[in-house]
Amino acid sequence: MSKPSNEGFFWLLFSAGGVVAAVFIPIHLFLFGVAIPLGWISQPSYEHLLALVQSPLARVYLFVLCSLPLFHWAHRFRFTLYDGLQVKHLNEVIFAFCYGGALLGTLFSGYLLMSM
Amino acid sequence: MTMQPSTEFHPRWYRTRVSTYWWMGSWRYLKFILRELSSVAVAWFVVMTLFQLRALLNGPDAYARFTHRLQSPWMIALNVIAFCFLLLHTITWFNLAPRAMPVRFGGKRVPEFLVAAPNYGLWVVASAGIAWFVLRTS
Repeated sequence: MSKPSNEGFFWLLFSAGGVVAAVFIPIHLFLFGVAIPLGWISQPSYEHLLALVQSPLARVYLFVLCSLPLFHWAHRFRFTLYDGLQVKHLNEVIFAFCYGGALLGTLFSGYLLMSM
Repeated sequence: MTMQPSTEFHPRWYRTRVSTYWWMGSWRYLKFILRELSSVAVAWFVVMTLFQLRALLNGPDAYARFTHRLQSPWMIALNVIAFCFLLLHTITWFNLAPRAMPVRFGGKRVPEFLVAAPNYGLWVVASAGIAWFVLRTS
């Protein structure tokens, strides 16, 4: 594919997502993916988490936490595939897969958070 | 690189194809590829969070099934690896800031670690805040 004209816009999303991922994801992943499943920290109750997620501020936060990092992934993964695999004829497919995935994830997170 | 003059009947200029495994040659390249692949861990985290939100929406039983699934050894191993990649992302991202935006003070360039330091401060404060919200009981 020739250079898309709105590369700057995608780069902005990449960069904003990179900041969100760097600052906020490690603690989430450590708590829910490692510390709690291993029993180092006791499981927060369902009621507590539901109440937390239902507050408007937390919903906005979670929407940002899901959407922007997906666009960060889309940008980085796209170029990793372009450069790493050198499959020029597949570049359009890769582009559609990455940004299509990011868009679907964003819509799904919006839907989930609105129905909470 | 100098451009070679093209002549009317000259065949295509020969270019060696770079190996698909070019990044395995040196530590610098490998580190670059690992840093780029950290984005896969980021995407994995979002997918997991979406499943978690869906489980929360579907009720206590669904949420109990979700937490049970996260306790399987495979999931824990996967999440430990993903967490390491996230740390790589955070550190490389923060350390890049002073290169992208060199700060000068009194005509001198501020050392890179001083420019990156506020990022780490913000990271610690944000992490502590989130942990407090998630874990507080009452």
